[in-house]
Amino acid sequence: MTFLTRKDMLWFVVLALVLLIVFPLGLETFRLNLFGKYLTYGFVVLGLVLCWGDAGILSLGQGVFFGLGGYCMAMFLKLEASTPAATKIQSTPGIPDFMDWNQLTALPAFWQPFHSLAFSLVAVVAVPTLLAFGIGLAMFTRRVGGTYFAIITQAFAAILTILIIGQQGYTGGVNGMTDLRTLLGWDIRTDHAKMILYFVNAVLLLGAALLSHVVRRSKLGRILVAMRDKEDRVRFSGYNVAHFKIFVFCFAAALAGVGGAMFTLQVGFMSPSFVGIVPSIELVIYCAVGGRTSLLGVIYGTVLVCAARAAFSEAMPQLWLFAMGSLFILVVVAFPTGLAGVYRTYLDPRLDRLLPWLGRGRAPTTATVERPMHAAAME
Amino acid sequence: MSDDAHAPHSLFRRRLMQGLVALPAAAMLPRAAWAASPATAAVNTTGLAVTDDTVTVGILHSITGTMAISETGSVEAEKLAIAQINESGGVLGRQIKIIQEDGASDWPNFAEKAKKLLASDHCAAVFGCWTSASRKAVLPVFEQYNGMLYYPTFYEGLEQSKNVIYTGQEATQQILAGLDWVNRTKGSKSFYLLGSDYIWPRTSNKIARKHIEAHLTGCKVVGEDYFPLGHTQFNSVINKIKLTKPDVIYAIIVGGSNVAFYKQLNAAGIDLSKQTLLTISVTEDEIVGIGGKNIAGAFACMKYFESLKNPNNEKFVPAFQKMWGANTVIGDVTQAAYLGPWLWKLTAEKAGSFDIDKIVAASPGIEFKGAPEGYVRIHENHHLWSKTRVGKALVNGQYEVVYETSDLVQPNPFPKGYQ
Repeated sequence: MTFLTRKDMLWFVVLALVLLIVFPLGLETFRLNLFGKYLTYGFVVLGLVLCWGDAGILSLGQGVFFGLGGYCMAMFLKLEASTPAATKIQSTPGIPDFMDWNQLTALPAFWQPFHSLAFSLVAVVAVPTLLAFGIGLAMFTRRVGGTYFAIITQAFAAILTILIIGQQGYTGGVNGMTDLRTLLGWDIRTDHAKMILYFVNAVLLLGAALLSHVVRRSKLGRILVAMRDKEDRVRFSGYNVAHFKIFVFCFAAALAGVGGAMFTLQVGFMSPSFVGIVPSIELVIYCAVGGRTSLLGVIYGTVLVCAARAAFSEAMPQLWLFAMGSLFILVVVAFPTGLAGVYRTYLDPRLDRLLPWLGRGRAPTTATVERPMHAAAME
Repeated sequence: MSDDAHAPHSLFRRRLMQGLVALPAAAMLPRAAWAASPATAAVNTTGLAVTDDTVTVGILHSITGTMAISETGSVEAEKLAIAQINESGGVLGRQIKIIQEDGASDWPNFAEKAKKLLASDHCAAVFGCWTSASRKAVLPVFEQYNGMLYYPTFYEGLEQSKNVIYTGQEATQQILAGLDWVNRTKGSKSFYLLGSDYIWPRTSNKIARKHIEAHLTGCKVVGEDYFPLGHTQFNSVINKIKLTKPDVIYAIIVGGSNVAFYKQLNAAGIDLSKQTLLTISVTEDEIVGIGGKNIAGAFACMKYFESLKNPNNEKFVPAFQKMWGANTVIGDVTQAAYLGPWLWKLTAEKAGSFDIDKIVAASPGIEFKGAPEGYVRIHENHHLWSKTRVGKALVNGQYEVVYETSDLVQPNPFPKGYQ
């Protein structure tokens, strides 16, 4: 089976050019760092394409996994920043500053392993994946789906936020973990480091997109779509639907965790405001604007929405929320299939006529079959 | 960095900024005042947004989201101060231009906008932040890009940065004098400590407890409780208060929770004219929500009350209400925010430069005699020497000043023996 058609290849190359050449050359360092931050959300929306777009599992709690990945990274960086020398004004030097404010006098046991970078990097992927596995196992084997599942993921987002804010001695509370400085002695705050992190992030994102693409083009990917469209038929054909759902939910969570870690590295801190319900829903909106069945569409959608958000709020600090709201309403009403839908309806046929050689060697396109957004949301 | 980083990014924004800046005074200024202004190359050697006749500063507060209600007063005060400075000839002969960004009650967003104001707009100073969380979020940004932040809120201390001037009181300034006062005048011996559950109330109560137990003879803490932000059920703690009968309820509850807390106190029959309650978190702004009759009789300990009688304040209050409406009230933080632009102007003129390092070097010892709260001075630790006052809440939503320290209180963000 062909995993990459010529056209797929063309668009991947275009995306790679945009991320690796156009953005770095066209944006000043400050803006590039911002775009790097937007691209970390790209990991989450890629996961949502598989989870929501293909398998029809709407998760309103992806911020949880993003946040957990980010917190795992932040814990490592925070420990590195909290050397006894850097924290000598505290009552207990050598522990993170927020622990000292909260009258902790020793590093809690669950923080100890985060002295190790290797452990932390594994945790970035493993912690979100294990939580997703737990939630998936509990929900999907009981055939909880659709709206009920979405509500439960929201509840998890709320629970985790409350937990983080409430346990401020262990987590930094509302303030989050701030003032992260170095990664193994390498200062991550300099413009040069930001540039390198941007490229690491962009390459990882391209890799993640490619991996997601392979998963979608595989037999597994087609089962996911089949599950979305007629779950019972898949079940009667002898497939264990729950297993596939758990897999795709874990896959999305792992990607989100990587995004969170890259976010922490580039932004220099992590806070509970990325874990809650609102950011989780924003991530779903990015996905919807991009077109939730197109891997590349959602990446463009995310960058576009985030850039619009920054532009609106800079241009009209008092009114930017209304502008964002109008934008979302406009997209949902006028382009229910998002950017990718616009491309498929108007550009793709023309491209086929213009460059017929691109269309040859086309893989089956079941995974890109689009249904109106509200139909899936209702189920 | 490209040149266009100094220029506004869109036509709309340019118009908006022109509107903001032109409104107050720019046109009225006599040209002669600029003649003496020092050359741009001399006052700006580090590439800040300074031209021959303007200097750009940032305002960074939440004007949307849950904190907007608290932070709006600070924005208004900062704009008033900047308008007045522009009217009086600007800073080093330059008119101040404002770039306002919205923190949107979201701490990471504060960091992003701070970065934009410094790295992209090259603001000579930023007036902003309100919650400790937002300050903690932007602090690394200001240190990395070497910016200048004027932070208005009373806060927990335990922090000192060369890139921040703290124009509100730190915890010991706000707490110790008030406890001494209540102990001296009311003979209070037992205290019940309350707070919202985050760093400021917790640190403040820690300082209060140490002071009560170590420095006030025969005094003790009979209870200490914390509630999540936004909590509205205070009945169980009110029952505990009724059982323990403390001489003083020491309350550091913030935001919307205050409304529920004071109403439920009233409903439970705790009469604040008989039961002493001392708070450090309720300014005139909060009383608008709580309702004067629900809190009348309580005491608040901070550095400024709208009702202060002094010539500066008698000019400040009408000027503020003329610009922002006759019904606006002015709380402690709003007044502290008003100090920021003035202190920066005085510092820049003493330094003869907008360069951040020269501003930092010139800051200690800067005196501002026109402060509505009275005379203030910047300490070496970048906090302000200021008086501490106790006010008694009145039914009309104002405080009546019942006590003020005779001297300025020294700021001590890292108090020995209180940690």
